[in-house]
Amino acid sequence: MADRVGVEVSIAAAEAVKMAGVDVVAAYPITPQTHIVEHLSELVHDGELDAEFIPVESEHSAMSVCCGSSAVGARTFTCTSSQGLALMNEIVFIAASMRLPIVMILANRSMSGPLSIWNDHTDVMSVRDCGWIQVFAENGQEVFDHVMFAFRVAESRKVSLPVMLNLDGFVLTHVIEPIEYWDAASVKKYLPDFDPINRLHPDDPVTMGAFGMPGIFTETKKAQNEALISAMPEILKAWDELAGITGRQYGPVETFHSDDAETLFCTMGSSSETVSLAVEELRAEGASVGQVRLRLWRPFPFDRFREAVRGAKRIIVIDRALSYGGPGGPVAAELRAALYHEDTAPVITNFLCGFASRDVTVEDYKAMYAKALKIPKEQARQEDYIMYGVRE
Amino acid sequence: MSKDPKSEAELTWQDLEVGCVISNPGNASRYKTGDWRSLRPVVDTGRCVRCGVCYIFCPDMAIRKTEDGYFRSDLSYCQGCGICARECITGCITMVPEED
Repeated sequence: MADRVGVEVSIAAAEAVKMAGVDVVAAYPITPQTHIVEHLSELVHDGELDAEFIPVESEHSAMSVCCGSSAVGARTFTCTSSQGLALMNEIVFIAASMRLPIVMILANRSMSGPLSIWNDHTDVMSVRDCGWIQVFAENGQEVFDHVMFAFRVAESRKVSLPVMLNLDGFVLTHVIEPIEYWDAASVKKYLPDFDPINRLHPDDPVTMGAFGMPGIFTETKKAQNEALISAMPEILKAWDELAGITGRQYGPVETFHSDDAETLFCTMGSSSETVSLAVEELRAEGASVGQVRLRLWRPFPFDRFREAVRGAKRIIVIDRALSYGGPGGPVAAELRAALYHEDTAPVITNFLCGFASRDVTVEDYKAMYAKALKIPKEQARQEDYIMYGVRE
Repeated sequence: MSKDPKSEAELTWQDLEVGCVISNPGNASRYKTGDWRSLRPVVDTGRCVRCGVCYIFCPDMAIRKTEDGYFRSDLSYCQGCGICARECITGCITMVPEED
């Protein structure tokens, strides 16, 4: 493999898409995804990437074009953030129900309003139920690796579902990180050619995207969810093979000092790295604390999560989105649901922080730990959350 | 939605094709929409010049050219929209109410 070189994560992401041999890129620029699609357009223009770059007039068109190109068997990529994701929302659901293996990088950004170009998870949480496979990258290397992973899993004939790769906007997209690109032989070994289950072609006509009457709709939803849930073996296999090629082993739930810890932080995305520094410092101070990192958000890894937190008395969930009028942070809500039937469920304390990438430091996480320990189990309610640092 | 000729009520979720693809194109012909109509086109063949305009305009492709060269609606599919009567060059098509 190549050396590790300092490169802007957005550029590395675009280079990964190029190396993956994408056929069609249809995208509309939006901060902070812009460098990814700009670089892809440059690569196509300069002849380095033999692909169709379609500069569509909106994100709604971008996802529509992606559905069309994926339907004819082209390896397809798009990229967006918050408002762009919202604008393409109806087609996002359709891409999943049509089982089209589109790969999308979502550069996580606040959902407006007020208008915010900065990073949090309010955009990805707006499409929790869309039916896509959803994973989170924590650093630049993970972004590069997961572009390959995304195409591999999406296009697998045992999966055939679109994959959303989440990376924190600005925090990852606009920083220079040491990244090792794959060599061409490794890509070829890992990523077979796209051989779709169904394809639009005049020689063998099929209909895609028909409507479903009330008498059949329920069955189609069952089939779609079963497909998403049963993608897990292929997802795990793709990660294992990736480890074989790169030496980096990823998993649905990754743990850090979690075996003996009484308290566990649960994090998702780039904040995981900052929290792991806090965990190290707290442990050096004698605290019984560890961390679980959710990498796979959909299909949610219920069994692995329950196993990772077994024995913990308390979980501190770091959320970067808010369900208005609902159960606080979305991740905490899902973890509570996952643990509902356990005989001894841990106390869950939910901190919301990092909205619009307001800085959350190692010291802040240590303060959250101290605060959480003071909350007795009897006082913790399902809907409680603490909006850390909010000026009251 | 599957290769089986099962009726919709018999299809289980496992019978469905990936992505609900319909792999036997043209199977809409199994769906008889004729009983939707409340008006029926009647052609006065004395005035029909067999131009085929009604055939071109029918949105359901329910009009076919018969052996005698005239164009007639297939009443299994005709939904009685009346476009053929409206577009007819000679005005030889009349929409009449379906009796029962």
